[in-house]
Amino acid sequence: MTHAAELDPRAPDPRDRGGPAQPLLIATDLRKHFPVKGARGKSVQAVDGVSFTVRKGETLGIVGESGCGKSTLARLLLHLVVPDTGELVFDGDAVGAADGIAINALRRQVQMVFQDSYSSLNPRMPVRDSVAFGPFIQGRKKAQARDIARAILGKVGLDADVFGPRYPHELSGGQKQRVNIARALATEPRMVILDEPVSALDKSVEAQVLNLLRALKRQLDLTYVFISHDLNVVRYISDRVLVMYLGRVVELGPVEAIFERPLHPYTKALLASRPSMDPAHRIEEPPISGDPPNPIDPPSGCRFRTRCPFAEAVCETTTPALSDWGVIAESHIAACHMHDPNSGHSHSGHTDSGQA
Amino acid sequence: MSDIALDKPLETFDEQAVPATQVRGYWQSVFYRLRHDPATLFFAAIVLSIVLAAIFASLIAPFDPYKESVISRLKPVGWKDHLLGTDELGRDMLSRLIYGGRVSLLMGVVPVLIASLVGGVLGVIGGFAGGRINTAIMRTMDVFYAFPSVLLAVAIAGAMGGGIVNGMLALTLVFIPPMCRVAETATTQIRSLDYIEAARATGAGTLMVIRYHVLGNVLGPVFIYASSLVSVSILLASGLSFLGLGVRPPTADWGLMLSTLRQSIYVVPFVCALPGAAIFVTSISFNLVSDGLRTAMDVRM
Repeated sequence: MTHAAELDPRAPDPRDRGGPAQPLLIATDLRKHFPVKGARGKSVQAVDGVSFTVRKGETLGIVGESGCGKSTLARLLLHLVVPDTGELVFDGDAVGAADGIAINALRRQVQMVFQDSYSSLNPRMPVRDSVAFGPFIQGRKKAQARDIARAILGKVGLDADVFGPRYPHELSGGQKQRVNIARALATEPRMVILDEPVSALDKSVEAQVLNLLRALKRQLDLTYVFISHDLNVVRYISDRVLVMYLGRVVELGPVEAIFERPLHPYTKALLASRPSMDPAHRIEEPPISGDPPNPIDPPSGCRFRTRCPFAEAVCETTTPALSDWGVIAESHIAACHMHDPNSGHSHSGHTDSGQA
Repeated sequence: MSDIALDKPLETFDEQAVPATQVRGYWQSVFYRLRHDPATLFFAAIVLSIVLAAIFASLIAPFDPYKESVISRLKPVGWKDHLLGTDELGRDMLSRLIYGGRVSLLMGVVPVLIASLVGGVLGVIGGFAGGRINTAIMRTMDVFYAFPSVLLAVAIAGAMGGGIVNGMLALTLVFIPPMCRVAETATTQIRSLDYIEAARATGAGTLMVIRYHVLGNVLGPVFIYASSLVSVSILLASGLSFLGLGVRPPTADWGLMLSTLRQSIYVVPFVCALPGAAIFVTSISFNLVSDGLRTAMDVRM
């Protein structure tokens, strides 16, 4: 395992088993319910039957309101939280299965960058040691691991001599997040899960970090899962976008399709809630009102129906399905009865955009 | 002031080019802060001299602390060569105080050391494991917590009989629960932090995560708490000896000396107060040094 991409950017990664057509990660029906203390049988349905694929070399953006299960989903992908049900397939190998890929082997190839740049660095460890920890754990000698840390700190734009010996409290937020990115990249992963990596940064630093992430992706041949609640950030960095609501996927599609021709009423409302740059078009009324329903006791059928202007009887009785899991690159799908001609919803069949 | 800052051209600001302030290691910065704290340095010097006096007691002490003399019983401070007077058996007080420091320091430090080790390990295990294991460990500790520490020490020492070893054992048992709780709290606080998760995400096992990411963060609070317990331990040990549950006569020990001399308080009041003063000075010095350490070791200053 050398920095193959560094020596020759076009050299095929020896770890690439399935070829370019094999999705890097297939998640099928992931489910995680957290039991509620003191309420027997009740649970928070953080992630409830989520399926999607991540293709090699793409950036999959995941958006949704706070509390919709984005971060739990990120942790499920790394088995930091063990899913109740569901299957993960990494580059053709089932995760945790006897003939598949072990969880520790998965963690060599998938890494994560956390939102809170301060609490994700050990306050009693110089940052170079935090970066070197991953390679060291994965079998490098200490000196080797330190060399890797030096190189990777340089790659994220931090002078290893100046910043390496510092402690996290001696760095700015942007610098800390760069260290976190370096830490995730130090083990040479193929896929990086970015859980709101720029949400805690101010705008100018956010732009720097986003550009750094794009450059690193090109340079190191990475695949990103990018989680954010900021639609503009997601639009800037993603190839495809997955919209979550209350633990379920409501819409999935290419980034332009999602932003130009959203299908699901929730996605439309999310897009409409963005502040406008034009003072003549300021938003007076919130496009959706109220808080998301309690995930302990979510609405039956379509979970968005309590806030949806088009909700009808069928939305209460039947859960709308995503027709496929977006394996096909161009497919743009939404879990809404209005896009199912046979659902019995009065708007079904004559929506403004239809299947792309 | 302000126009100097404004005079600087904007282009000189560059995130990368922030001049490196002198970068120090963690312990270097702790020592740097300690060096600039005269009060802590002063009391550290007292602690150091007490420790040195105890170690080199045979070289420093002017008399044999066990040599009795019927003629020179209960003499006041400054009588003949006896700088601090003599006790009820005519033994030189200064020599006995110097030798007594040995027992007091031993009883002060050893139980705390063992208790931090045992309690620290239990606390880290409980805090990191969480759930039922944590509940089992912490509720067991709570049983011991229910008794006042003095009462518990007296009860254990009384049940096992006196003597230095049993006294130390009793004190160790008294200190394990609070030590365990400090370690458990510190571990629980950091267990759910992202850097622990990030470490697990690299494939590190529980032992590696604890060794590299938990211990360093738990050691600080445990060390600070332990250093404050030393003074408590000295006090409790003296109390045990005073009640006849710790050191046995004729061994020189501050608590025991206080106990036997208290009958002579109307004869030589100052001499009788000396062991108490020694206990007081030692324990308050340890306490203030531990306070200073706490401040110096706070990394987020």
